[in-house]
Amino acid sequence: MHNAKLVLEDGTEFLGYAFGSTEKKVGEVIIQTGMTGYQEVLSDPAHANHIVVMSYPLIGNYGLNHDDFESIEPAVRGLVVREKCDLPSNFRSTESMDEYTHANDIPAIEGIDTRKLSRHIRNNGSMKGVIVPTSTTTEEAQTHIASATNGTNAVQETSTVKPYVVPGRGKRIVLIDLGLKHGILRSLTNRNCHVTVVPFNYSVEDIVRLQPDGIIVSNGPGKIRDIESVTTAVKALIHQIPLLGIGLGHLVLASACGARIKDTSSGRYVTGLPVTHEKTKITRFTSMHQSEEIIEESLENLPLEVIERIADDGSIVSVHHTNYKAFSVQYNPESAPGPEETSYVFDHFLSYCSAKHIS
Amino acid sequence: MPKNEDIQKILVIGSGPIVIGQAAEFDYSGTQACQALKEEGYNVVLANSNPATIMTDHTFADQVYMEPLTIEFLTKIIRKERPDALLPTLGGQTALNLAVELEKTGILSTYGVSLLGSTLDSIEQAEDRELFRSLMNELDEPVPESAIITSLEQARTFVDEVGFPVIVRPAYTLGGTGGGMCYNDEQLNDIVQNGLALSPVHQCLLEKSIAGLKEVEYEVIRDRKDQAIVVCNMENIDPVGIHTGDSIVVAPSQTLTDREHQMLRNASLKIIRALEIEGGCNVQLALDPYSFDYYVIEVNPRVSRSSALASKATGYPIAKIAAKIAVGYALDELEHPLIPEATACFEPQLDYVVTKFPRFAFDKFTSGDRTLGTQMKATGEIMAIGRTFEQSFLKGIRSLDIGTNELWIRSLQHLDEEQLIERMMKADDERIFIVAECMRRGMSVETLYEKTEIDRFFLEKIHKLIDFEQYILDHPLDVQTIKQAKQLGFSDGHLARVWNVSEDEIYNIRKEHSMLPIYKQVDSCAGMYASDSTYFYSSYEDENESLPSTNKKVLVLGSGPIRIGQGIEFDYATVHSVLAIKELGYEAIIMNNNPETVSTDFTISDKLYFEPLTLEDVMHVIELEQPIGVIVQFGGQTAINLAAGLERRGVNILGTSLQAIDQAEDRDKFEQLLDEIDLIRPRGQAVFNLHEAKGVAEDIGYPLLVRPSYVIGGSRMEIVYDQIELENYVAKVRDYSDAFPILIDQYITGIEVDVDAISDGEHTFIPGIMEHIERSGVHSGDSIAVYPPYRLSEQAKQNIVDATMKISQTLRVQGMINIQFIIQDDEVYVLEVNPRASRTIPFLSKITSVPMANMATKCMLGETLQSLGYASGILEERSLVSVKVPVFSFEKLRSVDTTLGPEMKSTGEAIGYAETMEKALYKGLIASGISIPQEGAVLLTVADQDKEEMLDVAKRFHHLSFELYATKGTAAFVRSHGVPVTEVAKIGADEPNVLSTIRQGNVQFVVNTLTSGKQPRSDGFRIRREAVEHGIACLTNLDTAEAILNVIESTTFSAQPI
Repeated sequence: MHNAKLVLEDGTEFLGYAFGSTEKKVGEVIIQTGMTGYQEVLSDPAHANHIVVMSYPLIGNYGLNHDDFESIEPAVRGLVVREKCDLPSNFRSTESMDEYTHANDIPAIEGIDTRKLSRHIRNNGSMKGVIVPTSTTTEEAQTHIASATNGTNAVQETSTVKPYVVPGRGKRIVLIDLGLKHGILRSLTNRNCHVTVVPFNYSVEDIVRLQPDGIIVSNGPGKIRDIESVTTAVKALIHQIPLLGIGLGHLVLASACGARIKDTSSGRYVTGLPVTHEKTKITRFTSMHQSEEIIEESLENLPLEVIERIADDGSIVSVHHTNYKAFSVQYNPESAPGPEETSYVFDHFLSYCSAKHIS
Repeated sequence: MPKNEDIQKILVIGSGPIVIGQAAEFDYSGTQACQALKEEGYNVVLANSNPATIMTDHTFADQVYMEPLTIEFLTKIIRKERPDALLPTLGGQTALNLAVELEKTGILSTYGVSLLGSTLDSIEQAEDRELFRSLMNELDEPVPESAIITSLEQARTFVDEVGFPVIVRPAYTLGGTGGGMCYNDEQLNDIVQNGLALSPVHQCLLEKSIAGLKEVEYEVIRDRKDQAIVVCNMENIDPVGIHTGDSIVVAPSQTLTDREHQMLRNASLKIIRALEIEGGCNVQLALDPYSFDYYVIEVNPRVSRSSALASKATGYPIAKIAAKIAVGYALDELEHPLIPEATACFEPQLDYVVTKFPRFAFDKFTSGDRTLGTQMKATGEIMAIGRTFEQSFLKGIRSLDIGTNELWIRSLQHLDEEQLIERMMKADDERIFIVAECMRRGMSVETLYEKTEIDRFFLEKIHKLIDFEQYILDHPLDVQTIKQAKQLGFSDGHLARVWNVSEDEIYNIRKEHSMLPIYKQVDSCAGMYASDSTYFYSSYEDENESLPSTNKKVLVLGSGPIRIGQGIEFDYATVHSVLAIKELGYEAIIMNNNPETVSTDFTISDKLYFEPLTLEDVMHVIELEQPIGVIVQFGGQTAINLAAGLERRGVNILGTSLQAIDQAEDRDKFEQLLDEIDLIRPRGQAVFNLHEAKGVAEDIGYPLLVRPSYVIGGSRMEIVYDQIELENYVAKVRDYSDAFPILIDQYITGIEVDVDAISDGEHTFIPGIMEHIERSGVHSGDSIAVYPPYRLSEQAKQNIVDATMKISQTLRVQGMINIQFIIQDDEVYVLEVNPRASRTIPFLSKITSVPMANMATKCMLGETLQSLGYASGILEERSLVSVKVPVFSFEKLRSVDTTLGPEMKSTGEAIGYAETMEKALYKGLIASGISIPQEGAVLLTVADQDKEEMLDVAKRFHHLSFELYATKGTAAFVRSHGVPVTEVAKIGADEPNVLSTIRQGNVQFVVNTLTSGKQPRSDGFRIRREAVEHGIACLTNLDTAEAILNVIESTTFSAQPI
């Protein structure tokens, strides 16, 4: 018999079977499409406020391994699947989904009609939810959702507390951690960069003192309005050091240049979303998280040029500063998971960074 | 301007007759391509010799040439039509090879025809082993160690270096024809020699075996802007070593991490970009399950069987998009067919699991070598969609239509463990059932993994199903158990069997407790966008997305997987039925499970349910949709077999009543019927045991035609000449559950005739009579059929028409009827009546321009022949002579006897039409792949009873200056009649002997009528196989030989003294 349910803030319920943690964590229920990559998704700090629904029905088939995590401690607030796999098969697999969610306090539920849920969210917009035992009444669950306050300090919760160095012999990059994915570090170390990861609230002076060849503002969870200090810092840095914004960092760069940001009608979490280059009209497939976007009209008279848009609705996902060596992308050029065809973003950025300190 | 405006007229080459490795998928892709090009305003000229296809209908191309697919005929077409461009990438390997040849011979440049889709360079880079390898090296993409060899010596040298096992792949052959795995010297000799002989360029690739690795395929599309997408990836459950066409395949991949997937995706995109293909491409890869090592196995620079599967699996129509790209469009300039917000530059997202099963013909080829390897053997396939692997997998098994609705085959119960393990390790068509059987006997997943190298993921899933079987057994008729079983994907039939109740009983319990499936949409985007897709599959879940309209609807049942006796012809009729229903203003709903076909293209019908064709699954759709009726006449025996169950459950069967169907199929009732209307049939009787059989045989007298009742395409039908053969036959078939009653008939020698007619219940219209060249005894599907009849008297024809009218009227046929007659001295014997569409519908429709399936459907829905503009009677004969020539796939099916008999063996057909019989036959034979040399030699080796008749054949060959070779007995007979002949030694004698004569290509024809006595390795059999394996025409029937002689005589001048 069903022993758990996912309750949405509008009162809709989905019956299923619980696994993982029994803690009642409230989160925004988001739909993650993509047929592979659940391990990367679950460990992506950008999901700090989310209960993730996997649109692909079979999750856990190849288990979880040591290598493919995007952060050490997953920040996700829940996992919803059609069917979890208890007997995974892959040469690198070290634990099952059951074991992983249990060990990492992730409330999870299986056996629900995830396609029905996806369509519900698509038709009614994003909403919060919570996984509770079937004995909890809908009203109790809804009250619990309403009383939850989490969300506004997600970056603070996921960003590193202290700076640390990932040494390399190449260009010196300061990476402002808003909840970064390991994939960004991997992409930089593959290119021999010397990376200093700094907390989200690291001061401009301290960053400048590190004499970086370039600065990357990472992806992360939450909303741009919750991290105004970072936007202010970027304003002070953008004219002096080459800068790349990724994900949340993209919105930081844009708003530092004066762009206004709005919520998207419904969030998108897709591995393989087509994005079209404004000039070449070439479409590439990206790993995309989008819950906020640049307001197109706000770009008028700003020193920002639109580089790329999402193919279906034309929303802006990449801009370039017209005077400085600074640009940003909403998608994850490091992929993990997802198509790897936008990794040139890093090469492009590094071409801006003249290595003053190569030993 | 995205579209290429420099070209107006495009020649599309189809794939020709259906053979193993090249089946209905190319009708699907070709039809899509023609439609797509016409949509763009191009003038489409189509060349395809296969009359059974939808694409050769006039509605799909501007000019249709059903001419032989040879350089000679294509050149004639090009000269006449002067196309601006040629699209060669949608007609399989056949079209691609022809395009290469046309380009190389300079014909394309002479007539200014440009190649679309792929350049010659890229075709060659993908197809030529050496060029392919060097390209892969350039791209830094790994390929297995290999060598191109042109002799056995070179093969041995390679094996000395890398060791056994090695895989042999002959260059430029279909479906891996002639290839195979070699574990020792003997196999190496055998397979390499054979492969060299079969390769048109006498070249084989020898590869270090990578058997056991995971086999993964990527379907990729690229456009002129160098944008490229992966439409779908697919993982073979059977690891490398079994041809992907013979493997059980799932989509998307299940056991690949994102890193592995992206690595292989990158490789696939890199390859299609390097080849600069503008269109679709298939990349096959092998992935080491224990590392990130992988190999590129093969690249097909064209759409393929896999791309048809991927199109149906994702809802993304690869062939259509590829055709548009070929004429200049970029992916982002094309609309997505299912998602209004997206363009075709979109990678499908799946939220379900697709399983493909191959369908084999070993139920027909009982003596065939069932072992699977690198040479494809499946004749068709099915696809199933589920929200879980288990649902999808079990639906797949139901869809196969192989007499089981579960992961269980009765006969395997009788094998001991040793036998099971042996068969499992050799890997044959029943392997997955054997794996299940072993699990039932307690074998562990780990042991099974060691023996099969099937990924543990899949084995664990199967294990879960087997475990639940026991649970089911322990909880008879328990409602909660039924619920769980249905969610897992078990069929009512399974529950009914193990609980020993009727299927209806289970169904009633379910209805009582509202345990019915819902339907989910295939939308290509996992629900990310709203889609108006009308393509659905069932699942036991919460939300139903298939909302029935209030329109009047008709449900058409398709014919399932392609197999011998139930081929693409039925899909042709199904599609036309659907279109006719739409024309009458009804909503047309189709149910089918064959991913290769046009009928499962979701743009054909108003609604498509991709589901198994079982009573249970069909009833679910009927419950939901409440159609006014169901059409079963076009889905072959598969659909007809469902009629009784459907009627029992209160469903309205449209057209001819079930009672009439039964009257035609039930022997006693049939006989009674014929008596009533004063028609005769060969004498015969149904018997239930050997004793009865002997009695009836005595009574009627030998030879006799014997078969089980309710057969498809003459399954297990044989002619027996004496009591010993009769006893052997009964002993052979008695193990089949459906063996009895056995039907025993008098065997009459005469002219066999096929008639298709349409009836509205009152009046009957006959578009034409088809006469078979081969005498009775050869299955109608394997005979050369000729229209109009050429040996029948007017009286005989009139008798045929009268009989057809009488039968149709008495049965009150509403729709199609097919009757087979034997004519002996103008006397008409009724052989068989099929109150449904037959396999000759497309052929006859095309040559008479009568839209038979369309008319029949309208008659079923209440129209009259008169209202459709047709009178009762037979259509006036056309003067154009058309022949339908069967095409076989014997070179792919080792150990199958090629001799023709009452059991159907052909996989496809070709057409030839011309003003004279000889010319039509010439074209038909050429189109079927038989070459007609004007000189050369012929080897004669015939049974004693045929010697007199053979003499005439021998003399005629001699007159044409053919050299005659013959085995001892035949040679003596020929020589005694004054015809010069060279005697060849028998099998086993020192060379040159009969086999070496064939092997060395000394003869162009073999005429062989030696019966095999049903023994698999008789001399006659070995001679026939030798001929097949060396591509030499082997004529097993003297009528066929005479027909070919007629053709040669009409095209040759013989030298004669005056």
